[in-house]
Amino acid sequence: MNKRETLNKIESKRRFPFAFKLIAAMCICVAAFLFSIVFGAANTGVHDVWDALFSDDPSKAALIIKELRLPRETAALLVGAALAVSGAIMQGMTKNPLADPGLFGLTAGSNAALAIVAALIPTANYFHIMIACFVGAGIGALLVFGISSLKRGGFTSFRIVLAGAAVSAFLFAVAEGVGLYYKVSKNVSAWTAGGLIGTTWTQINVIMPFILIGIVVAIGMSRQLTILSMDEGIATGLGQRTGLIKVILFIIIVLLSGTAVALAGNLAFVGLMIPHMVRPFAGSDYRQIIPLCIFIGGAFMLVADTLGRTIHAPFETPIASLIAIIGLPFFLFIVRKGGRAFL
Amino acid sequence: MRTFSTKKLQFTVIFLLIMIVATGAIALATGSASLPISRILPALAGDGTYKEQFILFDLRLPRLIITFLAGMALAMSGAVLQGVTRNDLADPGIIGINSGAGAAVAVFFLFFPLEAGSFIYTLPLVACVGGLLTAGLIFLFAYKRGQGFQPVKIVLSGVGFAAALSGVMVVLLSGADSRKVDFISKWIAGSIWGTDWPFIWALLPWIIILFPFIWLKAHRIDLLGLGEPTAVGIGVSVTRERAALLIAAVALASAAVSVTGGIAFIGLIAPHIAKSIVGPRAHSYLPVSILFGGWMLLVADTIGRNVALPDGIPAGTVAALIGAPYFVYLLMRK
Repeated sequence: MNKRETLNKIESKRRFPFAFKLIAAMCICVAAFLFSIVFGAANTGVHDVWDALFSDDPSKAALIIKELRLPRETAALLVGAALAVSGAIMQGMTKNPLADPGLFGLTAGSNAALAIVAALIPTANYFHIMIACFVGAGIGALLVFGISSLKRGGFTSFRIVLAGAAVSAFLFAVAEGVGLYYKVSKNVSAWTAGGLIGTTWTQINVIMPFILIGIVVAIGMSRQLTILSMDEGIATGLGQRTGLIKVILFIIIVLLSGTAVALAGNLAFVGLMIPHMVRPFAGSDYRQIIPLCIFIGGAFMLVADTLGRTIHAPFETPIASLIAIIGLPFFLFIVRKGGRAFL
Repeated sequence: MRTFSTKKLQFTVIFLLIMIVATGAIALATGSASLPISRILPALAGDGTYKEQFILFDLRLPRLIITFLAGMALAMSGAVLQGVTRNDLADPGIIGINSGAGAAVAVFFLFFPLEAGSFIYTLPLVACVGGLLTAGLIFLFAYKRGQGFQPVKIVLSGVGFAAALSGVMVVLLSGADSRKVDFISKWIAGSIWGTDWPFIWALLPWIIILFPFIWLKAHRIDLLGLGEPTAVGIGVSVTRERAALLIAAVALASAAVSVTGGIAFIGLIAPHIAKSIVGPRAHSYLPVSILFGGWMLLVADTIGRNVALPDGIPAGTVAALIGAPYFVYLLMRK
């Protein structure tokens, strides 16, 4: 079976043309974006949004939108897309339906790195913190993946989840210990639980390039990922340099998860849920899964953040708790189905 | 063969007892207030100065006893969980009991009016209820009619619950003021919170009732470990025995966690080491693992108390730092 036949076989599963699905996902995303910008604690209308986007002399409502909501919702969009894509890549690479940056040690690694930076360099700026998150996410992921790849033939998905839980417990303990010792635990927890509150354009300007690069490369690699996700033997047989591809994919995962933590703190389950939501429409072809994940992930975060802002206005319902509450049943559902929803 | 293993068991138990006494002596003698090791025996006998008596009986001894008891309870709980679920990676901490107790404590501490007098006694109760509730939910999800409890699903659901609850907890903490956050995050990290005699009296009944109960069922644990068909064939009423043992294990862990705060990995490691020394019979590994668990937590607390003065590092953090690498080693070996 050559490469084209393999891919054709996957393509024959399509019921709708891909362009149609992509446009639908985009529409959902744009709708979510508008929804999230219009609704909030302060009363604003659609014309204020128009004002904010295109007027030179915006009203007060338009200013709220421009300086508070727009950056925040842009961040939600980016974080959702980043988490969903990195979750999808992790699930494909490890062939594990339960893969998620939060469950596989990346979030815990970022937290540990954050705590260390907060303790040792009190004057750290946003860029430093982001770098720390990258490094931490990388270390967490390396520990989990490293442990599972040292074993011949790799781990079953059950064991890899346990390895993730253990590494996470370890790294959270590090974060906790450092936080208590240097008395910065409050700062660290404010950061990791902060969600998207108070996101500024400056932060977005620092982080956006990394997320965009990660996503673009992910789209570029989606063909290789599809083949890799089916069988590594086939991938090698088709002339793929699986080692190199895995390294690149790994870097993308770390880049996307690290930036997501830097921007929004700990958000478990987003990376787990979105790819599973997308799969019934996209099948097992990552050339479809990843683009759809970008928009659906973004839309999901936008809606979740808007709910968090408005349920209990003017107080914020933190997004991490909302997502944990939505995510847990989803996780349990996947566990119960034994991963049969996968592929 | 039999005599050899009995001897080995005796030797191991005696060795552990010696280590426990030695570690206990060090634990009593170290800390921010000075109490020389040579003065411990006189002070215990009631011959010390007022200050020595105070340090010993009001500060260090209750903490020592609590730590030791909690370590034993966690180890027992882990041993039973591993035996009954036939999963050598089960641990009360990893499968979500800690996070349930932690979330309950956080909610209680932040949102309920605190009364100075009753507070220290209600907190463990709340933690215990939180742990039991979480465990109940986990078992509910892992239960399938006709098949009983699914060990793999127990663990996976536990991991899911732990992730979700820690998400909720982080959020609860972020809104609170700094002192409360310090208290709760120390509690979650397992700082051996209840260090006074009443907590010993609160924990002891659980141990006195449940240890003999489990000990009497030790043979059943062996049989359940053979797998369901075999156990049924021998005449074990699998579903009932399993449920009884699981409830006992969860209750023990919740009671321990409620006075110490979230401590993981002790319940995982102690039974493993015990089994590798004295073999897979529950009658031999149960005593060794509880002694080992008590000793380990004692060591972790003594280390944690004495590094990073004046506040120290929570025992649970030390246990996790030691325990997680061992856990990873276990994962790779199998």
